[in-house]
Amino acid sequence: MIYLRLFYEFAKAGLFAIGGGLATLPFLQDISARTGWYSADQLADMIAVSECTPGPIGVNMSTYTGFTVAGIPGALCATLGLIFPSIIIIIIVAKILKAFQDNKYVQSAFYGLRPASTGLIAAACLGVAKIALFDTGAFESVKTAFSGIRWEAVILAAALWLLMNLGTFKKLKGNKVLAKISKLHPVVFLAVSAVVGIIFSFGV
Amino acid sequence: MKELLDLFLTFARIGGLTFGGGYAMLPMLQQEVVEKRKWATNDELMDYYAIGQCTPGIIAVNTATFIGNKTRGIIGGVVATLGVVFPSLVIITIIAAFISNFADLAVVKNAFAGIRICVFVLILNAVVKLGKTSIKDAVTMGIFLLVMVGSLFLDVSPIIFVLLAAAAGIAAQILFKKGEKAA
Repeated sequence: MIYLRLFYEFAKAGLFAIGGGLATLPFLQDISARTGWYSADQLADMIAVSECTPGPIGVNMSTYTGFTVAGIPGALCATLGLIFPSIIIIIIVAKILKAFQDNKYVQSAFYGLRPASTGLIAAACLGVAKIALFDTGAFESVKTAFSGIRWEAVILAAALWLLMNLGTFKKLKGNKVLAKISKLHPVVFLAVSAVVGIIFSFGV
Repeated sequence: MKELLDLFLTFARIGGLTFGGGYAMLPMLQQEVVEKRKWATNDELMDYYAIGQCTPGIIAVNTATFIGNKTRGIIGGVVATLGVVFPSLVIITIIAAFISNFADLAVVKNAFAGIRICVFVLILNAVVKLGKTSIKDAVTMGIFLLVMVGSLFLDVSPIIFVLLAAAAGIAAQILFKKGEKAA
């Protein structure tokens, strides 16, 4: 029963992903590896679509995945699955809010959870880098991994990173144009990248 | 009934106008929930955000459930949460249908090849921002590195890492009394 399975898999992601939308990414990679519902390439596309549409990224990703796997009912099941644990847990937490905030063991658990969550997202980020910056199949041996680097992609990535971060550098902080650029909405950077990809035929 | 509808519509509007996840939602919540409807104070909103960030699930969903639950009880929590996800469900379903028809076009392939590079840089930025608040000493740095390397090279579910990290946090607090810094 594909609908129940979707609900169950995304409920698991919703239950264990701590710290917001991108925290669901490692779980989505895990689902992809185990079920084969979608490929790593498709997942990267899903992230892109989620990034440039409104709404919580995690919800967008679950809807997109659910729809690709089993149409509109699939989208509903995956998204309801994702938010189901949150609703239950938050309603319980709201009732014991005070005790929850002050308990030192709960606090230390979170102290350990936050860097772990960051580590999981960092690993997922490297997974996206592998797809975006290298030719597929380049990782079959150490030799081909280097020859598989797509330099035009590396240059675009470096340019994007500079545009997003130059305004925050100490020496350049006074520069209003750079500060404005670094505060631009992600949609703008995504749109520019799409145009660059089309002009220089990045997909071929 | 009218209040529930109001909750649903308000959170649907917030969900439909927020680009880029939970943090982008905060100014919208302040305007709609605190100033206009007075369903919560700014302090409460910050508490919900802090807790929503370290409880399972998406921050936006967690915050919506908190505010709905506070206003109209459990049904309020459910209605506000359905409201915040409703625009995404509709918009993404339409886009997914549209993109699956056009995914084989060369122009779409080229655009997505460019977009993927941008997604990598956006996530990289998010990781750096997260690291600045979550990695604050040797213990948290160790957990970060172990989890990152572990999930790159081991075929283990992320759930295992999350549970082990929580245990490590409690162990570190008992051993070095570091847990207090978590607040």
